[in-house]
Amino acid sequence: MKFGEFGGQFVPEVLIPPLKELEKAYNELKDDEEFKSELDYYLRNYAGRPTPLYFAKNLTEKLGGAKIYLKREDLLHSGAHKINNTIGQALLAKKMGKTRLIAETGAGQHGVATAIAGALLGLKVDVYMGAEDVERQKMNVFRMKLLGAEVIPVHSGSKTLKDAINEALRDWVATFEYTHYLIGSVVGPHPYPTIVRDFQSVIGRETKRQILEIEGALPDVIVACVGGGSNAIGIFHPFIEDRSVRLIGVEAAGKGIETGKHSASLCAGEKGVLHGMLSYFLQDEDGQIATTHSIAAGLDYPGVGPEHAWLKESGRAEYVAVTDDQALKAFVELSKTEGILPALESAHALAYAMELAKEMSKDEVVVVNLSGRGDKDLGIVMEALTCSANQL
Amino acid sequence: MFRKPALITFITAGDPNVKATLDFMLALDKYSDVIELGIPFSDPMADGKAIQKANVRALKAGTRVGDVFNLVREFREHSDTPVVLMTYYNPVYRRGVERFVAEAKESGANAMIVVDLPLEEAGEYLNVCEKYDMGTVFLAAPNTPDDRLRMIDEASSAFVYLISLYGTTGAREKLSQLAFDLLKRAKRICSKPLAVGFGVSKAEHVRELVKAGADGVVVGSAIVDIIGKYGEDAIDPLEEKLKELRSGLFF
Repeated sequence: MKFGEFGGQFVPEVLIPPLKELEKAYNELKDDEEFKSELDYYLRNYAGRPTPLYFAKNLTEKLGGAKIYLKREDLLHSGAHKINNTIGQALLAKKMGKTRLIAETGAGQHGVATAIAGALLGLKVDVYMGAEDVERQKMNVFRMKLLGAEVIPVHSGSKTLKDAINEALRDWVATFEYTHYLIGSVVGPHPYPTIVRDFQSVIGRETKRQILEIEGALPDVIVACVGGGSNAIGIFHPFIEDRSVRLIGVEAAGKGIETGKHSASLCAGEKGVLHGMLSYFLQDEDGQIATTHSIAAGLDYPGVGPEHAWLKESGRAEYVAVTDDQALKAFVELSKTEGILPALESAHALAYAMELAKEMSKDEVVVVNLSGRGDKDLGIVMEALTCSANQL
Repeated sequence: MFRKPALITFITAGDPNVKATLDFMLALDKYSDVIELGIPFSDPMADGKAIQKANVRALKAGTRVGDVFNLVREFREHSDTPVVLMTYYNPVYRRGVERFVAEAKESGANAMIVVDLPLEEAGEYLNVCEKYDMGTVFLAAPNTPDDRLRMIDEASSAFVYLISLYGTTGAREKLSQLAFDLLKRAKRICSKPLAVGFGVSKAEHVRELVKAGADGVVVGSAIVDIIGKYGEDAIDPLEEKLKELRSGLFF
């Protein structure tokens, strides 16, 4: 299955049979009542769904424009939306008879969410993490270990997320008989982008029900941050047919697109093939993949999910980019006005939404996917604020 | 495309630099029936440590895709030995499939292997290769079912590359039984020459595979390791290793 020309299965031959096995198992289980009710049970009673759709009254009044609602994925167990997918895939892996999960992680959020799902469902977990990220994210490394997972530092390439994915794929070609590769975003070869989207779409389904209850109408705009793009697809997908709703994905402009130090693959990348999919990638003329930068580790990836590439190409969604500094400002603003520390990733969405809301009328509605909480980023934020003129 | 049984040797172009690669190719040429030349890529996800490091060294030296074509062109002034380009798909896609294949052909390359391009995604590539008379090599793995093996055989105009194990490239102590099982199955199903690679690093491995009916044996990491160790001065130890490997062809 492809999204227009995007997606596909660009993998070594040895992975074709395990991908077919995964697709078959998923197609059999996704509409299975028992599977659905088991997943629903864990999402409610373990992860904490449904999450609130909160009207950010203080922020709205301060900006004086459109009403801003926050979808509070930050309130989930583990502190981010990642767990919607890891519980789903871990259950799927278990039904497939796999005994081990492997995952890649950048900042460690997906690694932690996988470790949690593994502990919950009794599966062994090995997490690949770039050696640089291991160094930068010591607390999350410790967290994963506490949860019973092994963290394997990756020393190849740029020693960050994309290399962790390469290494997880290398593991998988040798171990697929008993191992499920639990990909953390809407990336990778088919069927992963579809599976992860389906598990994350619970965000958008709830949002739709909640906003209709509160406002009696669909929102005018939905804004979400995009690295690989799982939280954005999760909230966008149930609204794709509602053409009146503007969908805006916010990428990381890092130190500025013009500096080359960013990770805005839809805004500044070219079509290419990596990690099993045809999509947009930051790369040079020879197709060598670029190293990326964002203050938000969860956005620091040189590619993007193929469905986003398709939504951009078809014009159904718009993609913009926000710098490190803008995201930091939004981080501080939400903390002060609403008492909520957003993840730096989510702060990108927020920064754009705040600018947008100012220009909109008071009866319009903007929903921001607050995909994670900011506690994990305190070290980075503290350092950035001390170093810049951006005073508290 | 080659005399059987064939020794197929792999190195990464530009490791440690383009000039040295030409010297290495000329050394390989004395002992090899086919030379497989890897185009360095930033994310070689099917490769083990040895070839990953070779890719890093080559890119660090500034090796460009165009340099690899020039290398083949220069090699052609000295030798007619078949050259197979091994690449990941993104450098091909980015250049444009047609432009890439046309340039590769014009430089004197005889065939191409695209590691992460399975049949399902290879439509345009196959058409272009046919148009430019570029040889194609597809890979098959121990878990490739019979009906797929048949399709891979059909799509491969030069030879079929059998992967000897579950895993990435890299020297191993022993050959896996999976290699012999796959070779046996492929001999029954395929009509094209069969080359076995991944993990093959010793004369003894070469001998065992040729005895089992392989038409060609591919050695990569064991050679690349020597280049990693000796850099530009690798010619002598390379020739020694190649002599040893070649002795495995005949018994």
